Amino acid sequence: MNKGKVWKYGDNVNTDVIFPGKYTYVLMEPEEMAKHALEDLDPGFAAQVKAGDIIVAGRNFGCGSSREQAASCLKYAGVQAVIAVSFARIFFRNAINQGLPVVQSEKAVRNISAGEEVEVDFESGQIKAEKGTFKFHALPDSVLNILQAGGLIEYTKLFIKNDGT
Amino acid sequence: MGATFSEKVLGAKAGKKVKAGEVVTVSPDYILSHDNTAAISQKFAQLGVDKVKCPDKIIIILDHVVPASTEKYAQNHKIIREFVEKQGISNFFDIHNGICHQVLSESGFALPGKLILGADSHTTSYGAFGAFSAGIGRSEVASVWATDKIWLRVPDTIKIELKGSFARGTFAKDAILKIIGEQGADRANYKALEFCGRAVKDLTLASRLVFANMAAEMGAKNGYFAPDSRALDFLKQHARTDFKPVFSDSDAEYEAVLKYDLSILEPQVACPHTVDNVKPITEVEGIKFHQGLIGTCTNGRFEDLKVAADILRDKKIHPAVRVLILPASRKEFLKALKKGIIEVLAEAGCVILNSGCGPCLGAHQGILAPGETALSTANRNFQGRMGSRDSKIFLASPATVAASALTGKITDPRKYL
Repeated sequence: MNKGKVWKYGDNVNTDVIFPGKYTYVLMEPEEMAKHALEDLDPGFAAQVKAGDIIVAGRNFGCGSSREQAASCLKYAGVQAVIAVSFARIFFRNAINQGLPVVQSEKAVRNISAGEEVEVDFESGQIKAEKGTFKFHALPDSVLNILQAGGLIEYTKLFIKNDGT
Repeated sequence: MGATFSEKVLGAKAGKKVKAGEVVTVSPDYILSHDNTAAISQKFAQLGVDKVKCPDKIIIILDHVVPASTEKYAQNHKIIREFVEKQGISNFFDIHNGICHQVLSESGFALPGKLILGADSHTTSYGAFGAFSAGIGRSEVASVWATDKIWLRVPDTIKIELKGSFARGTFAKDAILKIIGEQGADRANYKALEFCGRAVKDLTLASRLVFANMAAEMGAKNGYFAPDSRALDFLKQHARTDFKPVFSDSDAEYEAVLKYDLSILEPQVACPHTVDNVKPITEVEGIKFHQGLIGTCTNGRFEDLKVAADILRDKKIHPAVRVLILPASRKEFLKALKKGIIEVLAEAGCVILNSGCGPCLGAHQGILAPGETALSTANRNFQGRMGSRDSKIFLASPATVAASALTGKITDPRKYL
């Protein structure tokens, strides 16, 4: 993966501030969804985020609603990956299913600052940042396969094709 | 070493003995979706299959914006009704039924030992009846519709032992807020919660639903009550199909055991903007608010509306506040109507809304303006959830919201009960 600029946030970044509930049945188009990413946490984010940027956050990122747009709006906004101390479980699934890589590393989060450039290497399980290189546990194969297919819809298409289901 | 409820249910589905931490591929018994069914049907269309694999497993309940408030929402509902027709889905509940978690429960789908997945985070609710139920995302629902398969990680379990009985003015909501406040919003992330202990037999099913519903706010994958005679008596009347209760073994392995005594509990309030920012009412009394909300899938059942009516009977709400009543379902609304409870609430000056989600997620019917504060019986108080990002939400029990409605500021309900 390429280097990406870091946007840094705190603990418990919830689905309502990532993608407000009032939009969940109104906005369907990727470009429209991207325009409202993180709207209630950081109103300047959507206008300034660049393709390949990386979000770094604290504990329980994505807690709250099951809304998948919380993951997809970040992907559509160009976010390359989210690094957090921990992820809420449904957000974690949604991110994988949308093909948005999620990385858990408390050490990396503690040592990375807003605005610096970091690189996430999934094959070696390493985050390269200004203050050093931080290792993370690779995702299990079953999960990586979904990410590599580009998300669950693409993965299921392959499954249906191969399985004849 | 024995097995937990979650290990047993997922093991039975996977056809092998499993331990917490394993990833299994399973077929659910039911899959729930609501107004998001339109978006899910678009994802389903991308998969290139024409028909869903098991239409009888699909439950669709329209509840988020009911009746439709704009043309866009109306179109959304229309797409769903056409999809239901085309796919031959018989378990469809249109806008007049209520909030999905209450409707699914009262309709007898929430059964012991069943695996129920839903595109809604509060799908954890059905553990009140001894089901394994968890929230999933939209793409996952589309994928399950097509393949009847999904991967799940077998969760570790945290046991929560409840003892004692509620003191005057305290309820299930106060207990679960206390637990979440002490343990934190991510304490049970990826984990199961098992509510047990001597206090459980005295908890009504409506109160168990409060615990299981709010398990999601502790990050839990699912919440569980072992089905007892109270649950089984209800299910005798309502169960849609056969079921087999599943119980944890006495020597099952738990990640932690937490103990709570209900008898020493005070009324609790979750303060903005996280559900685990919980304080006893004595620390927040006197805070003014603009809108009260009594209802939702957390606290909109007959017993919740009744306690509110008991406090508001022959009184008027404070002129500086407005109070919305949002019954959990039409059935619960009708029960309250027939007992004169709705009349008491309306006489007091409350606005009675159609049963649905509306204001709880800031979709319609009671949006907050900048600078406004809500006191709500819902399950979530995230920034901006009920409207403006410059508004605030406090969470409490129906008794606390009703007592506060009389004074216009957060008030200890024990003064009125």
